[in-house]
Amino acid sequence: MNLTLKVWRQAHKNAKGKMETYQMKEVSPDMSFLEMMDVLNEQLMAEGIDPIAFDHDCREGICGMCSMFINGEAHGPDRLVTTCQLHMRKFKDGDTITIEPFRAKAFPVIKDLTVDRSAFDRVQQAGGFVSVNTSGNTQDANAIPIDKHDADKAFDAATCIGCGACVATCKNASAMLFVSAKVSQYALLPQGKVEATDRVLNMVKQMDEEGFGNCTNTGACEVECPKGISLENIARMNREYLSASLKG
Amino acid sequence: MAKLDSKTPKGPVAEKWTNHKGKINLVSPANKRLIDVIVVGTGLAGASASATLAELGYNVKTFCFQDSPRRAHSIAAQGGINAAKNYQGDGDSTYRLFYDTIKGGDYRSREANVHRLAEVSTNIIDQCVAQGVPFARDYGGLLDNRSFGGVLVSRTFYAKGQTGQQLLLGAYSAMNRQIGRGKIKMYNRHEMMDIVVVDGKARGIITRNLVDGKIERHSAHAVVIASGGYGNVFFLSTNAMGSNVSAAWKIHKKGAYFANPCFTQIHPTCIPVSGDHQSKLTLMSESLRNDGRIWVPKKLEDVKAIREGKLKPTEIAEENRDYYLERRYPAFGNLVPRDVASRAAKERCDAGYGVNKTGEAVYLDFASAIMRYGKEQAHVKGLDENNEALVKKLGQEIVKAKYGNLFQMYEKIVDQNPYETPMMIYPAVHYTMGGVWVDYNLMTTIPGCYAIGEANFSDHGANRLGASALMQGLADGYFVLPYTIGDYLADDIRTGPISTDLPEFEKAEAAVKAQIEGFISNKGSHSVDYYHRKLGKIMWNKCGMSRNEKGLKEAIKEIQELREDFYKNVNVPGNVNEFNEQLAKAGRVADFLELGELFAKDALERTESCGGHFREESQTPEGEALRDDENFTFVSAWEYKGAPSKAELHKEELKYEEIEVKTRSYK
Repeated sequence: MNLTLKVWRQAHKNAKGKMETYQMKEVSPDMSFLEMMDVLNEQLMAEGIDPIAFDHDCREGICGMCSMFINGEAHGPDRLVTTCQLHMRKFKDGDTITIEPFRAKAFPVIKDLTVDRSAFDRVQQAGGFVSVNTSGNTQDANAIPIDKHDADKAFDAATCIGCGACVATCKNASAMLFVSAKVSQYALLPQGKVEATDRVLNMVKQMDEEGFGNCTNTGACEVECPKGISLENIARMNREYLSASLKG
Repeated sequence: MAKLDSKTPKGPVAEKWTNHKGKINLVSPANKRLIDVIVVGTGLAGASASATLAELGYNVKTFCFQDSPRRAHSIAAQGGINAAKNYQGDGDSTYRLFYDTIKGGDYRSREANVHRLAEVSTNIIDQCVAQGVPFARDYGGLLDNRSFGGVLVSRTFYAKGQTGQQLLLGAYSAMNRQIGRGKIKMYNRHEMMDIVVVDGKARGIITRNLVDGKIERHSAHAVVIASGGYGNVFFLSTNAMGSNVSAAWKIHKKGAYFANPCFTQIHPTCIPVSGDHQSKLTLMSESLRNDGRIWVPKKLEDVKAIREGKLKPTEIAEENRDYYLERRYPAFGNLVPRDVASRAAKERCDAGYGVNKTGEAVYLDFASAIMRYGKEQAHVKGLDENNEALVKKLGQEIVKAKYGNLFQMYEKIVDQNPYETPMMIYPAVHYTMGGVWVDYNLMTTIPGCYAIGEANFSDHGANRLGASALMQGLADGYFVLPYTIGDYLADDIRTGPISTDLPEFEKAEAAVKAQIEGFISNKGSHSVDYYHRKLGKIMWNKCGMSRNEKGLKEAIKEIQELREDFYKNVNVPGNVNEFNEQLAKAGRVADFLELGELFAKDALERTESCGGHFREESQTPEGEALRDDENFTFVSAWEYKGAPSKAELHKEELKYEEIEVKTRSYK
């Protein structure tokens, strides 16, 4: 199929960016979206144009490195997939596709479609862990039975890949879904409960300092999340935060 | 350089590690504060080592090329992690895990290392649970297990099909705690360009900041390479796009021997290639072989009808299907080790039974598992066990709970529903058992330079068993390296900080700058990927699932020619001092072009078949791999001498004191 691509080009962090238009011919519907971008880049290089910078690594939907805002949606039109898992069969011959970076104050553009999401790392460094040394001298793994339902919910929260689609989608650029997923994972497990109070207070404080916006419960993040992280986690984090504030 | 010394401790194999730990030198807590350690890579091995070293008190500097340490490709490991916990009471033990790993590796790994791995495996599970890793549990609240290939027990712990993700995020969280405390300084989007050796010791690295292109010098008292494997030498593999050999290759060129480069794992269950645009291959976890049955049609006319779209696999009667693994290997059936399963798939496809358009695919079928689980559920719930539609629905729910994310991945890529029709799969490059040679302490032949995880060669011999890579990465990083490195660093407590103004740093930096400026000013006519794809084709066709003398000789020649052409005609756009993905890729492909040649040379030299290395000249009448223990019970460790063709072979003889070396049979 033949496509028209409108792509955000920005040379570096402080440069002024703009949309550029490129034509693509004979795109196979079996290609992934990023393979289509590879072909476009080969085409651009052959024409002496700087290839488009975009983040990607595992190309199987788990590393969370790929981003891209495609036709106004984080990771494009398909549901429960990352951009690398999006296939061209989701588009039609003659389509115009608009491709922009994930935009948020806390995610500055590095180049073209590549953004800096290290704010997420700093939020995790503020408390996204259990303070246990890696000596191996802990108790036996089966010493504390955990209710299967809690374990499964903790797992569901833990599957967040830290891609930032929730932030890019939210009109307030809020990181509540991301932060609450981590808070929930630990809040649901006995190992995480010990320092639950400090964790939620510290992580939320860091989230605010990074410049993420507030949550106004639109639920858009849940819709666009490639891993289907539930809004329930935000509710849980709010409860955790409230009870931690009362204790603190 | 001196003769290879594995530094394996004396004494019975079961006591070596305990005795060794009790006797090696330690660095006092006060002195650890005076010592810097560099870690390159943040997968399971690098992240766990960084966290543990920092907890012990060392000053750690950690580097990754991705935008966050959490992206490292360990994250994509699906099926699980082995540990000899014997929670299932099915006869597992440290010895059995040790034995299975040696046998699975086709008797080409070092006994002492493997036993240590089996010993610490149980600590890993305890540790991860304490960190809040949400492993799968049963209704009693205890940990669940599944089986993997090449073993007769259930010792694999898992978190759906995302075990690697959960373990890596556990290690990442341990790192984050230390980054927050200031004990780890983390450098994201930094690529290691070279190692700096001062007075024969590893004392630092040169890096390139991938955001602004700045070349930087970093010093330390020891350097740990945890940069993963080199499967991407094949271009198409299940590795991430950025996975590369460069860190390992750079230390090789500065004196670290490279061991068994030809030992590569071709994983039997991956989604087949769909066209020339393909950029990578996707694995379907080995855990699927717990429930999936592998088959091709028995009749060639059925194969033809399927390829023409006139027949559906579900329409082929049971008696007309060839469950070839169950037929050939009745004892292990669909759970034979990976090398055996891959070759068997190739054998059927080469004979004309491949079930997709390219003729390179076999079926992985869940229909009988769905019905089996469904019946069980119907029984438990007191529903009608003979209602086929109901049973199927119930069974699909169980399969979804076990493998849901894998089925979803398959459906997105192939556009077929694997709950209704069998998956199509074919082998693909997945893991490299070969890697940097290390001694028992995980130190390379450069003093002070260590290699851990997939980057080293140590524990898997000629074939790795499923769910053992995660085990080895975390064992090396959490429980082995942090102790053994102290033995070396005990001599460095008076050394003080290493200056980056030393002439060795200056020289290494100048060489790095010259190489990248060379790429930019080259103005050739072909892209980096053009060369990478060509290299991949040579490797797959001539150094892939089966190898022979003629092909390997051709491969060596073709790779040499391709490398020459690369330096003449590669085109790298843009500038040095900017975010430039093509430039980063050019450096990585340059190293693959050298490694590929050594790979072929190693495969040519080893005229036996063993594990994942299959030489057509050395097989049994039934087509099974035929080892030559008399002549090849050794590790090939290659010393760099200016070019891959000049590499000098050193042999580490492998001695089996505990385990009797036998023909590996899964029949």
